[in-house]
Amino acid sequence: MKPPPDESGPTDASYVMPQTPSRTRQAEPYDVVIVGSGAGGGIAAYELTKAGARVALLEAGGHWDNTSAQYSAMLKMPYDSPRRGASTADRPFGEWDANIGGWQIPGEPYTKAEGTRFDWWRARMLGGRTNHWGRISLRFGPDDFRRKSIDGLGDDWPITYGDIKPWYDEVDRLIGIFGSIENLPNEPDGIFHDAPAPRYYERRVKETCDQMGITCIPARLSVITKPHNNRAPCHYCGQCNRGCMTNSNFSSPNVLIFPALRTGRLTLVTNAMAREVTTGEDGKATGVSYIDKTTGEDKHIRGQVVVLAASALETTRILLNSKSTRHPQGLANSSGVLGKYITDTTGTDVAGFIPSLVDVPRHNADGVGGNHIMMPWWLDNKKLDFPRGYHIEVWGGLGMPTYGFMGGIERYPEGGGYGADLKQQYRKYWGATVGFSGRGEMVPNDNTFCELDPTVTDKWGIPVLKFHWEWRDSEYLQVKHMQETFRAIIAEMGGEVWSAMPTREQGYGIANGGAIIHELGGARMGASERDSAVNSNCQAWDCSNLFLADGAPFVSQADKNPTWTIMALSMRTSAYITQQRRAGVL
Amino acid sequence: MSELDRREMLAALASVPLALAFPKEEVERAAAHAHDVVEAEELAVQQGRQPAPYAPKHFTADEYRLVRLLVDYVIPRDARSGSATQAGVPQFMDFMLGENAGMRTWMRDGLSWVNAECRRRFNQGFISCTEPQRNELLDAIAFPAKALAEDRPGVEFFNRFRNLTSSGFWTSRMGIADLGYTGNRPVSEWVGTPRNVLTWLERNKPA
Repeated sequence: MKPPPDESGPTDASYVMPQTPSRTRQAEPYDVVIVGSGAGGGIAAYELTKAGARVALLEAGGHWDNTSAQYSAMLKMPYDSPRRGASTADRPFGEWDANIGGWQIPGEPYTKAEGTRFDWWRARMLGGRTNHWGRISLRFGPDDFRRKSIDGLGDDWPITYGDIKPWYDEVDRLIGIFGSIENLPNEPDGIFHDAPAPRYYERRVKETCDQMGITCIPARLSVITKPHNNRAPCHYCGQCNRGCMTNSNFSSPNVLIFPALRTGRLTLVTNAMAREVTTGEDGKATGVSYIDKTTGEDKHIRGQVVVLAASALETTRILLNSKSTRHPQGLANSSGVLGKYITDTTGTDVAGFIPSLVDVPRHNADGVGGNHIMMPWWLDNKKLDFPRGYHIEVWGGLGMPTYGFMGGIERYPEGGGYGADLKQQYRKYWGATVGFSGRGEMVPNDNTFCELDPTVTDKWGIPVLKFHWEWRDSEYLQVKHMQETFRAIIAEMGGEVWSAMPTREQGYGIANGGAIIHELGGARMGASERDSAVNSNCQAWDCSNLFLADGAPFVSQADKNPTWTIMALSMRTSAYITQQRRAGVL
Repeated sequence: MSELDRREMLAALASVPLALAFPKEEVERAAAHAHDVVEAEELAVQQGRQPAPYAPKHFTADEYRLVRLLVDYVIPRDARSGSATQAGVPQFMDFMLGENAGMRTWMRDGLSWVNAECRRRFNQGFISCTEPQRNELLDAIAFPAKALAEDRPGVEFFNRFRNLTSSGFWTSRMGIADLGYTGNRPVSEWVGTPRNVLTWLERNKPA
C-alpha cells in the first residue's frame, strides 16, 4: 500500500483505500470503532489515533478527496459541462457540489406522519457534509447552554460555555477560522485569521444595518487566510462548496482523516452502512454490525469502544435499531428519550432588487465561498413575542453565472420582454440583487420527534425513521420577524422585494423542518439518566463504552450553525475516552 | 477556460511554495490566457465558423427549427456579442431535455401552444409568420403583468423558455465574456472592493 497523500499536494489517483479490514486485524478488536466520517467522526478519528488508539472508521458512502481533480470541480467553468452546473439526482445543489446524497436516496427511504413536512438530508461519502457545507463556524455563547434558566423553555445543558471554551480554542487552532474580535455578549470570539474585506454589496448592506441599529460584523468561516498547519491560504475562487483542492477550507477528509491515516493507526472502511451497535451479555458495546454495500454482505467489526457520529438522526436510528435483551428499547434508551427533542434551524429567505447597484462596475467579487459579513442576533427576546434569536446571512453580487442565471427576469422593472432590450436588462441588473437568509433557534417540543417506522425498511432490511414535525409560535413569530426585518433592510437600501409578505397560513415563509440541514438532538445529553441518553461527556448512561460525537447529544439549538460545537464536543469526548482508556476504566 | 487551461492553473497552484502562494504574475498570466481563449472563440463565431450541424436527440426536427428561431428572438446578436444560437443554446436545451422529464413536457406543450396560437391568429405556424406577426405574438406573452388571461399558458411557457435561454446563453463562453465575469480563478491578494468601485458606490447611494 502506498502512503496516503500529503496534505499540501494533489492526491495520486491510483491510491486506493482499503475497503474492508483484513481478517487478521478483525480477529482482534479495535480500540475504537467510529461510525461516520463527517465533522464529529473526523475529529474523533484524528484525536484518538493521535493519542495512540487503533481506530476503525466506518463510512456509509464511498471515498472522497478534494485534493484530487477526480473529485473536486474547483475552477471548472459552466461551459465545461453541457449541464452548465444544473443539479443531478445525487447532487441536488448542482452537479459540481462536493456532496453525494441529498433529500432522497434510492433504497434508503424515511417516512413522515400525516401532516408532517420534513426533509432529511444525508451525505453518503467520506467526510459527509463537511465537503460542501457553508463553513459558517460559530461558537455557541454562554446563554445558549442555559436557555431554560433564561426563558423557562426547553432544558439547560449539563455543561457551560466555560466547559467547552478550551475545546473551541483547540478546534480553532487545529482547523483555522477567519473572523474578528467583537466582544459581543453571546457571540464568543475565537482565535481568528484576518477576515476578508467585504464585497461591494456587503458594504452597502453594512452601511444600511449600521443606520438601522442591526449589528453587522465580519463573517466567521473555517477558511484560512494565511498558511495554517501546512495548508495553503485561500485563493478566493469562491467555490468552496465544490471541494477545495488546496485544502484552504475545512473538510473532514483532508484536514482530519488523511492526517489520521498517516499515523498508521486508522483503518478506513468505506461503503459500510451501519445496522446496529452490538452488545455483550454485560450490556456493553462489542462492536458494530454493518452492510458492506459493495457486496451486500452483513459484516461485523469489533471494538472496545464505539463512537457514533453518523449525524444526529442516523445515530438515533442506529441506537433505536440496537435492540437486545439487555436493551429492549434500543441502546442508550432506558430513559425512553431516544428520538425526542429533535430540532432543526428555522429559516426563511427574502431577496430584492437594489436600483442603486444597477450597472455596478465589473470586477472580481468572488471572494471566499460564502458571505464575508453576517448579522448575529442583536435584539432582546424579553421585548419580543418570540423566545429565541436568529442570525442573518447575506448573498448577492457578481458571482459566476451558472444554471438558473437571473431566472425570473420578468420581476425586474421592465416586466420581461425579449430581444436586444432584454439582453441589455440581463447586463445591467446582474449584480443588483441582494438576498437575506434568517437562521434561527427552534425550541424543542413534544410533537417533534422521530421513531422507528413499524413496517418500512431500507433496501438492506434495516427499519427506517418516521418523522413527526411541528413548528409552533416560537418559530412562526420568529420567522415573521425575519421577513419583516429583511423587507425593512431592502426598503432602507432603496430596493424592491419581489415576493409579497407571506401570511400566517403560509407559515410566514418558514422552510420545512430539515431543510436548513442542521438537525440536532434525538439522543440528548443531560445531568440525569432519567431524562437523557448520554452524560455530559456524551457517554451513554446505559453503556459505558458507547459515545456519541455528532449533533445527537445537543440539548438545544442556538442561533448559530452547529458544526463548530459538534467538533468541540467530539474533541472533548475524545479526550475523555483517551483519559479513561489510560486509567484502565474503558 | 478549457480543461487544459484549468489543469495548467491547478498545476501552478500545486507548484508554488505555500508562503508565497500565487504570485501576482502567475495570476495575471492565467487571467490573460483565459481572456485570449475567450476572444479567439468569439472571433471564430463572428467569422461564421460555426460548429458542425447538430442533430437534436430530444426535440423533433420541427420543434428544433422553431427553438432555433425562438431563442434568437429572446437573445439576438448585438454589437457586444452573438445570438443564443451562436452561443449553442439550442444544443444546450436539447441536452437538458434529456435530463429532465418535466422540462420535456412543458417544452413540448409550450412549442405546440405557440404554433397553435399563431395558426389561430394568423393561419400559419410561427416559422411561416411575418416579422410583425411574430412580434405581435411575443408581445402578448413576454410581459406577464400586461398579458391577457387567455394567453396565460403562453406566458408561463415563455417565462420558462426565457429562463432556460438565459441559462444557456450567459453560461456560455460568449455570455460570460459579454458579462465581464472575471472570477473563478486564483487571486493572489483579496482586496474586497476595488477603489473605482468604492468611488462608484459613494456616488450611487440609495435615494
